[in-house]
Amino acid sequence: MTTHASAEQSGSPGPQIDRRDFVLSVVALASASSAASAAPVPAAPVPAAPAPAAPDGPTVHAGSVPLTFVVNGQARALAVDPRTSALDLLREGLQLTGAKKGCDHGQCGACTIHVDGRRVVSCLTPALQLDGRTVDTIEGLQRPDSSLHPMQQAFIDHDALQCGYCTPGQIMAAIACVREGNATSPDRIREYMSGNLCRCGAYNGIVAAIGQAATQMRVG
Amino acid sequence: MREFTLIRARSGAQALQALAAYPDARLMAGGTTLYDLMKLGVERPQHVIDINGVDEFKRVDTAANGELVLGSLARMSDVAADPRLVSDYPALSESLWRAASQQLRNMASLGGNVLQRTRCAYFRGGEPFACNKRVPGSGCAAQDGIDRGHALLGASRHCSATYHGDFAVALVAFDAVLDVLGPNGMRTMPFEALHRLPGDRPDLETTLAPGEIIARIRVPATPLGRASTYHKIRDRESYAFALASAAVALQMDGPVVREARIALGGVATRPWRAREAERALIGQRLNIETALAAGFAAFAGATPGHHNAFRIDLGARTVADALMIASTRA
Repeated sequence: MTTHASAEQSGSPGPQIDRRDFVLSVVALASASSAASAAPVPAAPVPAAPAPAAPDGPTVHAGSVPLTFVVNGQARALAVDPRTSALDLLREGLQLTGAKKGCDHGQCGACTIHVDGRRVVSCLTPALQLDGRTVDTIEGLQRPDSSLHPMQQAFIDHDALQCGYCTPGQIMAAIACVREGNATSPDRIREYMSGNLCRCGAYNGIVAAIGQAATQMRVG
Repeated sequence: MREFTLIRARSGAQALQALAAYPDARLMAGGTTLYDLMKLGVERPQHVIDINGVDEFKRVDTAANGELVLGSLARMSDVAADPRLVSDYPALSESLWRAASQQLRNMASLGGNVLQRTRCAYFRGGEPFACNKRVPGSGCAAQDGIDRGHALLGASRHCSATYHGDFAVALVAFDAVLDVLGPNGMRTMPFEALHRLPGDRPDLETTLAPGEIIARIRVPATPLGRASTYHKIRDRESYAFALASAAVALQMDGPVVREARIALGGVATRPWRAREAERALIGQRLNIETALAAGFAAFAGATPGHHNAFRIDLGARTVADALMIASTRA
């Protein structure tokens, strides 16, 4: 078992359980059951240290860890096994499957999301580090009128994908690359997009797409 | 992944308190090394102390003319883009932005970066492979294995794992110091004294005492900063560990080298200051011949294994190219 994602406090699997839900319900069992019965896991004080007993000592979380954060504009309150990655929480716990699991070791960039506006790889971000933060995934790019983000349209215009598996990570990294001011030339785009691998080799299209979208994003 | 108990510290004092209560605990900042190795089962802590809430380790002060004060929880991407580093210490900035990817640099802390563990495949590969660093006394699979990426300098028969960090290499070139918080308060140590040679205890990687935490890194103000570079040669142009790298800094009297700093990355078991190469250069007119001579002087003590000898020539030429690049900034 490689995932340790948690169910949301409010939503538990319904009576029709498919294989995927069954797996999820098993991995989520500990935290879901405690979450259903009560508030997030209470914090215990650290055992007495040499220093004078400190009422403001570090917080010890035995078992699951309470977590509140905002994802794509929506507030979430959960309890997670501390081993859970942000990627597994998003994909398995919140059904936000846009971010992809490629290597699961921070080497491919397919799982790129934004945390507090900065791009990170969600596979190496422990979910517990999302507490109190704002997360944006590829799903959050959708606009009220259902039109595409300029970066999404640019990837279509420049045929910047073949199989598409790396594309959500490429697009989230690319949007951040523009906002950082690192999309100012093809060479700089290549350097600052080097953390996103494309095994189909659509790199020329990706660089061209980012160049196009960078102009539009600066204008818009 | 093994189960662990999470402890959240929100001050240096709380972090020390937690380390005292749980001596086996691991500190977690960005998590890009620790969490990765926990997924691989190479790191198996029962307690993890999240120190991301410790604001006192985040302060960065790079005001003009003074020393650089870099909090250990400052993020690599932020420090790489610091205007003072870009203009006055390009080697430091380059050593940061030429490492990893922007996503990882947004996550990784400076303290975690300098303490990152080796990428030796036999260390990371776990159980099937002997590794004295991972399981003391179990042997070293690299000795008769594929050692293309292993260290040419500082190795022992117990371990030839390369130290792959980049920033630490630039820090030793600039005589940086560390402020370390421990049970007895704060102490200051030379950065160069942080990493140990493997010797017969490759599992002991640093000179930090149990319960100590790196609070900040300080880099002295120096006239050598501006004419500096971090030159990194990889199997691909970006997003890879160094086959060979060099942090160099120069102070010139016209065409003559008055002072030089040379440190090597990707080729040694620890960040490697090449003082013999520096001595070879001082008082010389800098040109490609004297630069190459310094480069080869840096590798005079190299001990190649089975597949890595090509990196001696590559490393010497990396040093020479770095010197020529730095001289254009003098």
